[in-house]
Amino acid sequence: MGKVNSIQTLGALDGPGVRFVVFLQGCNLRCGCCHNPDTWEIGVGTEYTALEIADKCERFKEYFGDKGGITISGGEPLLQAEFCLEVFRECHKKGINTCLDTSGSILNDSVKALLEETDTVLLDIKYTNDDDYKKYVGCGIKTPLEFLDYLSQKNIPTVLRQVIIPTLNDNEENILRLKEIRDNHKNIVKTEFLPFKKLCSVKYEKLGIDFKFKCIPEPTKKQIEYLEQKYKE
Amino acid sequence: MEHKNWNGFKSGKWQEEINVRDFIQNNYSEYKGDSAFLAGATKRTDELMKKLNALFALERHLGGVLDIDTETVSSLMSYAPGYIDKENEIIVGMQTNRPLKRGVNPFGGMRMARQACEAYGYKLNEKIETQFKFRTTHNDGVFRAYTDEMRLARKSHVITGLPDAYGRGRIIGDYRRVALYGVDRLLADKEKDKKALENSLFDNDNIRLTEEIYKQMEFLGLLKKMAEMYGFDISGPAANAKEAIQWTYFAYLAAIKEQNGAAMSLGRVSTFFDIYIERDIKAGILDETAAQELIDDFVMKLRIARHLRTPEYNELFGGDPMWITEAVGGMGEDGRTLVTKSSFRILNTLYTLGSSPEPNLTVLWSNSLPEGFKKFCAKVSCDTDSIQYENDDIMRPIYGDDYAIACCVSAMKVGKQMQFFGARCNLAKLLLIAINGGYDTSSDIHIGPQMPVLEGDKLDYQEVMKRMDIYMEWLANLYVNTMNIIHFMHDKYAYERTQMALHDTNVERLMAFGIAGLSVVADSLSAIKYADVKPIRNENGFITEFNTVGDFPKFGNDDDRVDLIAKEMSHKMITELRKTPTYRNAIHTLSLLTITSNVMYGKNTAATPDGRKAGDAFAPGANPMHNREENGALASLNSVAKLSYDDCRDGISNTFSITPDALGRDADERENNLVSILDGYFAKKAHHININVLNRETLVAAYNDPEAYPNLTIRVSGYAVNFHKLSREQQKEVISRTFHEVI
Repeated sequence: MGKVNSIQTLGALDGPGVRFVVFLQGCNLRCGCCHNPDTWEIGVGTEYTALEIADKCERFKEYFGDKGGITISGGEPLLQAEFCLEVFRECHKKGINTCLDTSGSILNDSVKALLEETDTVLLDIKYTNDDDYKKYVGCGIKTPLEFLDYLSQKNIPTVLRQVIIPTLNDNEENILRLKEIRDNHKNIVKTEFLPFKKLCSVKYEKLGIDFKFKCIPEPTKKQIEYLEQKYKE
Repeated sequence: MEHKNWNGFKSGKWQEEINVRDFIQNNYSEYKGDSAFLAGATKRTDELMKKLNALFALERHLGGVLDIDTETVSSLMSYAPGYIDKENEIIVGMQTNRPLKRGVNPFGGMRMARQACEAYGYKLNEKIETQFKFRTTHNDGVFRAYTDEMRLARKSHVITGLPDAYGRGRIIGDYRRVALYGVDRLLADKEKDKKALENSLFDNDNIRLTEEIYKQMEFLGLLKKMAEMYGFDISGPAANAKEAIQWTYFAYLAAIKEQNGAAMSLGRVSTFFDIYIERDIKAGILDETAAQELIDDFVMKLRIARHLRTPEYNELFGGDPMWITEAVGGMGEDGRTLVTKSSFRILNTLYTLGSSPEPNLTVLWSNSLPEGFKKFCAKVSCDTDSIQYENDDIMRPIYGDDYAIACCVSAMKVGKQMQFFGARCNLAKLLLIAINGGYDTSSDIHIGPQMPVLEGDKLDYQEVMKRMDIYMEWLANLYVNTMNIIHFMHDKYAYERTQMALHDTNVERLMAFGIAGLSVVADSLSAIKYADVKPIRNENGFITEFNTVGDFPKFGNDDDRVDLIAKEMSHKMITELRKTPTYRNAIHTLSLLTITSNVMYGKNTAATPDGRKAGDAFAPGANPMHNREENGALASLNSVAKLSYDDCRDGISNTFSITPDALGRDADERENNLVSILDGYFAKKAHHININVLNRETLVAAYNDPEAYPNLTIRVSGYAVNFHKLSREQQKEVISRTFHEVI
């Protein structure tokens, strides 16, 4: 049984093509910029079997085209790696492409087994230094980088993602370090800079959780474009 | 048979008989590439379009109607030739003598014509009033024959929007025939058909048909004269692309001069035009820029077509639509695509001339369409919100590969089938009438079988369904009989002479019924089945409200428990309708389409068990109720896709709005994803979808400041409108619809 927060039948932003996105419940991290604080709590959520999820997903197979498929996001899916593995296995049996959206903060045998059934990984590299990680995420940068090394070793196509948060990582040094990470991993097919957004502050209020980044401004489109340019150079 | 203007065309059956399809199949060249070949607007086009935009602005400032000719009854010969800018026009012809000036057409009903004039501060000329005193209009005829019960059904709004006071429309003349054959050949053919009847029994049917052929021929003659006024002899076939478009347009123009039918659709002309365009390009007398210019000029003419309507009509069909529906693309029965370069060119007018609701560009989508065309359609949708999509893969097996769409979603074989349009019945209201044993609380009218009000403090699903069966049987019979009267009288007093002249003499007829409020009924029945619905009674014991406790499955979430109720209700309705024979043996069909009348239907319907409050708008067409979709866009699409096209052969309309951000990160991603969504939806055997890619905020801004958004086009329900032309109520309803967005 897996613990599910919610299901979004049309995901156009989380992985290649049109995707069925399952948001799992429970997270080991506490990122200041998190958009889904309702997925944090471990042990709650709606229970589904892996087959139930795969069957549900199959109802949308016609929309996936040659690129789309299922994406498991969270929360942190790696907390339920065995469940994810089973879902992906069932999906592969049905000819559905699989994608994992993760922070890469756990790397153990079940995670490695899961990666055997994962077609694409969306890897959230939150910051490019250990201090920021410890301060704003709640873990070190070591495991995510090891996770990426492992993906590279397994040659699993990976999309690097980073939420751009003004004053924290919207600087050139960060971009240069990220570039270095990219250049050292041949499996990285694409990098996406996602603008930090505060639409979620209502969710925080509702849950009675303090939104740590509420005073940080959202980046402008120009800022993102500038960083993208720097990243390309 | 040979003609010099046919030189270069491959010969075939089409020369021996009137058979445009055969001509197309023998002569068109499919195009599988992308949009890179397209040309932009010429300076001439830009300048002409500027003039039109100024006229549109003036029309808007004057409250929606620029001018009315109150002295003349609209017909083929009643106005002197009109132009926008004579020297600079390529395709000519105008409904009246000036652009955007509306003609008066009292044949449907005098009252309607009079009120329409008065609504805009005009007065209909006494001469016309007098002249029509001695004439029976369609409306007069219908009300002579209506029974008391039919009047009550109309008054209580359980059946409304019926074409008993306006032209029925939904008839597509095969306007291409004029271009391919010239009028004389068509006349000769009709003469032959008339002669063939001479040895038959002169019963009702044959007498009527003989007279109809006579009228058709009379109007073919007038069509020729109308073209002569503009300096063209259209007795023979068109000689080149420009003439082919001009001849076709004259035929369409004659139809809209004669008839003010609700939907005056164009058919399927772009691939037909393409054959002439390709021939001219090969001959070196036309290039891409000139080809686009021809299509642009033609489309400009279509964009200024207008009919004069009353405010109550606008409530049903908001936004001043003409439904000049043009079916684009699709596949041929032999597996070749019917997409040609001109399929691209006609969509390209949304760039060369700017976005616009008319003509109502309708892409016939097939899984097998060339990728380049799919991608271009998706781009046009993302950029303009001006096109709709219908499933060629489920229509082609029924209608062949030369069908077109009348109005929004009504398929018919061009020139071989016509429709008796029948608006819709209010199924949500019927549910309430059934529960109340034949009483409509919102209109205070007793109607239908009289029975006790359902008892108990909780509604029982089985009991309600049993009641529903009784009332559906009653309504279906009444509905068919009402339609029989309407179309008998329409044929008698407002027969579409021009349009029917451009059909085969022995035409197949479809009688199109409709349902409004399907999702309200499905959710209501689901609430009764899966939650506790406690009726609240008024002092007379009638149920006026409901207290619904507990959750229940809602249509739009890919949940079979409720989706199959919706499917079953439409199946039951068509099954009941089929039990009553139709006028002229028309085939019963059913649509799930509301146009903008979902607002009006809701206004006239009391509270329903699904929690909808009295007076709240229904969802449009087959859409799930606003904001009840909890599992995202694809789940919503899956629910609608379950409704059966076999039950609803007159179309299943779904309007879908998604924010650009939710569709992808950049234009390329959005276009690819939209193609995937369309492929998936239609692979699920869904019938129709309107695509809007926009933010709710844009609509709110346009609502608050209409002047700043004169060209904001949005698909509403089988057609597109200029947002500013909707009533405030309709605008609010459109804003409150579900927008699938990033969460």
